[in-house]
Amino acid sequence: MNESPPGPLVGVFVTCLVDLVRPTVALATVRLLEQAGCRVFVPGRQTCCGQGAFNAGARADAQALARQVITQFADVDHVVVPSGSCAAMIRVHYPELLADDPEWADRARALAARTWELTAFLTDVLNWDAVDSRFDETVTYHDSCSGRRELGIVDQPRRLLARVEGLTLREIAPEPAQECCGFGGTFSTTFPEVSQRLAHDKLADVLATGATTLLGADLGCLVTLAAAAQRQNAPVRVRHVAEVLAGLTDGPAVGEISPAPGP
Amino acid sequence: MHPTCLNFPAQARAALENETLRFSLGTMKTGFRRNRATAAGALPEFEALRDAAAAVRAHVLDHLDACLDAFEAKVIAQGGHVHWCRDAAEARETVLALCQAAGARTVTKSKSMIAEEIALNDHLQAHGVRPVETDLGEYIIQLREEPPSHIIAPAIHLRKEHVADSFRAAHAHLPAGRPLDTPPQLLAEARAVLRDAFLNADVGITGANMLIAETGSVVIVTNEGNADLTRLLPATHIVLASIEKVVPTLDDAMTVLRVLARSATGQDMSVYTSLASGPRPADDPDGPSAFHVVLIDNGRSALLGSASRDILRCIRCAACLNHCPVYGVLGGHAYGWVYPGPMGSVLTPALLGLENAPRLPDACTMCGRCAEVCSVRIPLPALLRTAREAAWSRALVPPGKRLALTGWHLAARHPSVYALGARLGARALRELARRPALRALASRLHRDRAPAVLPVPEGDTFRARWAQRLRASPSLHRSPPGGPHA
Repeated sequence: MNESPPGPLVGVFVTCLVDLVRPTVALATVRLLEQAGCRVFVPGRQTCCGQGAFNAGARADAQALARQVITQFADVDHVVVPSGSCAAMIRVHYPELLADDPEWADRARALAARTWELTAFLTDVLNWDAVDSRFDETVTYHDSCSGRRELGIVDQPRRLLARVEGLTLREIAPEPAQECCGFGGTFSTTFPEVSQRLAHDKLADVLATGATTLLGADLGCLVTLAAAAQRQNAPVRVRHVAEVLAGLTDGPAVGEISPAPGP
Repeated sequence: MHPTCLNFPAQARAALENETLRFSLGTMKTGFRRNRATAAGALPEFEALRDAAAAVRAHVLDHLDACLDAFEAKVIAQGGHVHWCRDAAEARETVLALCQAAGARTVTKSKSMIAEEIALNDHLQAHGVRPVETDLGEYIIQLREEPPSHIIAPAIHLRKEHVADSFRAAHAHLPAGRPLDTPPQLLAEARAVLRDAFLNADVGITGANMLIAETGSVVIVTNEGNADLTRLLPATHIVLASIEKVVPTLDDAMTVLRVLARSATGQDMSVYTSLASGPRPADDPDGPSAFHVVLIDNGRSALLGSASRDILRCIRCAACLNHCPVYGVLGGHAYGWVYPGPMGSVLTPALLGLENAPRLPDACTMCGRCAEVCSVRIPLPALLRTAREAAWSRALVPPGKRLALTGWHLAARHPSVYALGARLGARALRELARRPALRALASRLHRDRAPAVLPVPEGDTFRARWAQRLRASPSLHRSPPGGPHA
């Protein structure tokens, strides 16, 4: 039998929040990409996409971080990000951020064109949905604002979740589904009470579905909503969609403390 | 009104604790959003109309001087007068002088945001001219001496019990025991009281939704018909309009009207759409004999040349307020001036100076919903980000936030430092999560308030775990294996 041609070389942009809070999401991302036939590369010196700087108005810092990411991912076919907002930062905002920089504008556009949010990459680019996992829960799905509005991601995670055995999806009502969770990056530290109120209201919409697990693709939203659930002792656990798709759901949910100390 | 935008954070916290507001805003959101979605869905060309309306408004900004000159010439030719005012003080003086020249003691007013912006009522009142608001919502908040909390629904923060209390206090000539429990009862009373004002007013002051250069007409849109009684019954009609309200032609005005009400309330058209085109002709028994348009700049010309110029496309439909999550839990008063919500968070700092409203551009989660519904496709999140960039470069960011972000950015540019910091950070956050006492201490040390959320890390950072995995399995890719084109 002939060896099949090597799959595309995919660089994983882990995101700072996944690195710090939830490594399982990155491990799940790697596993899914490998299942889909990709060769995976994780640049070891990656840090932050600069979204925080960009949205805080620190444009020069954002530009510096953008150049760093562009350099680190120069040699891969695709960049895949387990986050809608970080993917949108690279895909939508890098080109505008560096548009006036003759040395970097083309490189920013080139990177933007081959950067994808994870579920969009698997379905839209690879047309892959051979998910091999089981999750015996009723779940609901939170579409993050960046993923939905900047990248048009709505159907992609649902196509993949439909292939998970044992999983039942109950959607949030159409209008509340479009509402922000209240995270907003530095918004959550600048106006913590407002952020908490929005998260509380969003959680009510989540609980109204009767789901026992809330899934999403942006850890910022998920951390915010998990904290809201814990404040209220609400009967819902929170996980990143990649964990469920990759079958990495044995560990604690987002915001829960693992029984044993980490490695 | 005197701006209190500097107190936005405290005002926002107070708003969150207002249970009445919470109830009202919940109803507001549901209704406005459902109605807009229904109206937009019922019109196949709605998205194309938004493009067309945006193009009309963008064209106006490119040719504002020519549009205004043409409008002025037409108004004068039709027997009206045009008054150019550089700022709020000049506009207030101009209106007062016109009222005094007309010997006015009572003036009726229909809803006008520019009148709020220039604080006209206080000025008239202080000089012996009694303004009576005739839009029901505006009338209610005038009695309560409150600013509007929404640009098209000024009393949205109140419930009918508040209105009944205000009416009992203000209408002391009516029987004390009268029932005021239902909206129809309240409406009937307001109608009767306002009817007297309409008949006795010496001057009528209206705002303008648009000025049409081609015809010299003023477009005024209401659902209550109050603008028509305001402008037609007194002998003098004064129109207040900020300069960017002009559009070139009648057709352009119709394009804008087709998106305005649909975006605002979900109506196909507002109940009353009136065109006022000068004083009444000699052979017409009805209408004002004097017609004045007061054109107010108040910072717009400067704004036209700034990075925020696109906000001047705004037609005040309020769709951005109605769909903003932050406005949806705070209401309008927290923002501290006349224009709340996303459009206000751009316009207010632009008009008052960023140093007087530095936190408003931060009052946004960047969810992007405002841009998604804006009737004239203003890139509101981008404009808010532009304002944040100005705040950052002018050192208007709170020192603690600036220090934290600068530290983060610096670390992020030095991967080794960053990796160490992340590992220590993950460990510290885990210790905090495990020890409630430590967490309580930390939030006490945090002078104001604890952050909304302290994330709970799973364990060590991903990078540390991945490095272990790489050491354990040398076959894994440390670097791109041969590059993409191997």
